[in-house]
Amino acid sequence: MMSDAISHAILPGIVVAFLLTQDLSSPLLVLAAGATGVLTVSLVELLGRTGLVARDAAIGLVFPALFSIGVVLIARYAGDVHLDTDAVLLGELAFAPFRRLTLLGVDLGPRSLYLMGAILFLQIALLLLFYKELKLATFDPAFAAAIGLAPAALHYGLMATVSVTVVGAFDAVGSVLVVALMVAPPAAAHFFVRRLSAFLALSAAFGIATAVVGYALARALDASIAGSMAVSAGAIFSLAFLLAPERGLVAAWLRRRSQRWEFAQETLAIHLLQHRGLPEEQEECRVAHLEQHLGWSAERAAEVVRRAENRGLVRREADLLSLSEAGVALGKERLST
Amino acid sequence: MRLLESLLFDYTLRTIALGSLVLGAVSGVLGSFAVLRRQSLLGDTVSHAALPGIVLAFMLGGSKAPLALMLGAATAGWVGTLLLLAVVRHSRLKEDSALALLLSVFFGLGLMLLTFLQRRPDSSQAGLDRFLFGQAAGLLASDVIALAAVGALVLVLVLALWKSFKLVTFDPGFAASIGMRVRALELAITWLMVLAIVLGLQTVGVVLMSSMLIAPAVAARQWTDRLGRMVGLAALFGALAGVGGALLSSAVEKLPAGPTIVLGASAIALFSVLLAPHRGLLWRRLRARRLEVES
Repeated sequence: MMSDAISHAILPGIVVAFLLTQDLSSPLLVLAAGATGVLTVSLVELLGRTGLVARDAAIGLVFPALFSIGVVLIARYAGDVHLDTDAVLLGELAFAPFRRLTLLGVDLGPRSLYLMGAILFLQIALLLLFYKELKLATFDPAFAAAIGLAPAALHYGLMATVSVTVVGAFDAVGSVLVVALMVAPPAAAHFFVRRLSAFLALSAAFGIATAVVGYALARALDASIAGSMAVSAGAIFSLAFLLAPERGLVAAWLRRRSQRWEFAQETLAIHLLQHRGLPEEQEECRVAHLEQHLGWSAERAAEVVRRAENRGLVRREADLLSLSEAGVALGKERLST
Repeated sequence: MRLLESLLFDYTLRTIALGSLVLGAVSGVLGSFAVLRRQSLLGDTVSHAALPGIVLAFMLGGSKAPLALMLGAATAGWVGTLLLLAVVRHSRLKEDSALALLLSVFFGLGLMLLTFLQRRPDSSQAGLDRFLFGQAAGLLASDVIALAAVGALVLVLVLALWKSFKLVTFDPGFAASIGMRVRALELAITWLMVLAIVLGLQTVGVVLMSSMLIAPAVAARQWTDRLGRMVGLAALFGALAGVGGALLSSAVEKLPAGPTIVLGASAIALFSVLLAPHRGLLWRRLRARRLEVES
């Protein structure tokens, strides 16, 4: 949620820098945005530390206030220039190719490409440089602090990087898509992997997939590119949430179901074991009796017996059940544990 | 004085001020519960999630009647909330990430639908995008009546369920042990919050609505330790910010109402955190100083 807060809260920083430079492509804008991002985080921490305001309320208090300042500044001083609130909030990727970077009169390609490329390069460099420190501070901040890493400095550094990324993406895609792209791919990736390095790689891959699918969707519907990308981010997350092996919703449901049958077979094996070789065996070990004794419905009893037969746990002669070697072993094992 | 005069006699200004007043009061009341229940950020997610509902309601119904759009917004906000609960329950995502995820995806969906509509030849959808930033100036008398009706409904429900809400907010465990239906009550509080948010969309817009819930409640919390007083104060602060912001934005040129109202509410919150007796920072500093002198 912090990234959402930052993506809104850096607006006044951008506006002020723009008013000072009168140039939307000035690198000062990126710096100002980074500084405002850090300011946002500090304000939230400051408010939180007073103990008067809960942390989530502090976030919810700070960023709308800063965003409002930005909107008011735009409305009052910059209303007649390119910088309007819609563009900030929603972005317009379709125009990105038209904003070219020219050097000495030579057209070098779209400006966003260079800006985002530079930010990507910076991030990869920072990530490689501080990988170990970030990893430690993420998973065990107390230990990181104990061995002399400064988790607070890392935290603010990370947030500054987030701010720079957000502002880089800002004029291309707007502040909402930034959040979708920052949150959805890692959220989807965490269903699949446990290692941090694999997690980072997979979420980058999901991010690329999101962008490509979203763009295709926008082309097909002739709708907002930013919006379509957010939708495709949501779709990728939903697929992961439902279908991921092991941790997905469907996998969990299947697992629970098979465990239920497994448990029923074990119950059956124990029941048959208890009465094995005793006089009442003829009476107790009948399929029909299971309904009464274990409270199973006729269909359920039949299904459990069928599964147990398939696995070679029980043998069946007419209505009478008896345990196989494997069935005896299973029943004994379950009784002893 | 001229401001007061125009408040009484200028139709547009009176409408806007009344609308903002109702909105501020209602969101102050429900925001108190949100802040106390540590659900402050839910409001932000719900208000963003309402956007696709608004657009879909327009696509299906074809009218811009405020009640139809509100219904769409409330439905979408509600669906968003349920999805949020499902994701938090069935995955290891933190609530925080789930909030941001749903917020951006739903908002993106709304945006996609909106632009999809806009690029079709019959562009009768004009005006839907005022829900992004809100447009207090566009409030009509009929809007205000709808606002007041829904607002009154919300207040009556809160009063009727006051005791239960109080117990569920402060001690859900005890509430469950004496046989209250905690989950149903929690959902009811959330549902009312969704309603309040939907009320505010037209006036302050999707982005700033969450602040209308949080700021008055945070401010009120600093002045008292009693729920009843806190809710009353929050309503008062919300109403003050609403009317004050609306008036200021009409008096000063090029000052949009939504952000002004939010800034007003934030200023009240800041003032309270600093200066409220007993809890405020200044007060605490003074007490610490006195203790030092005494010892």
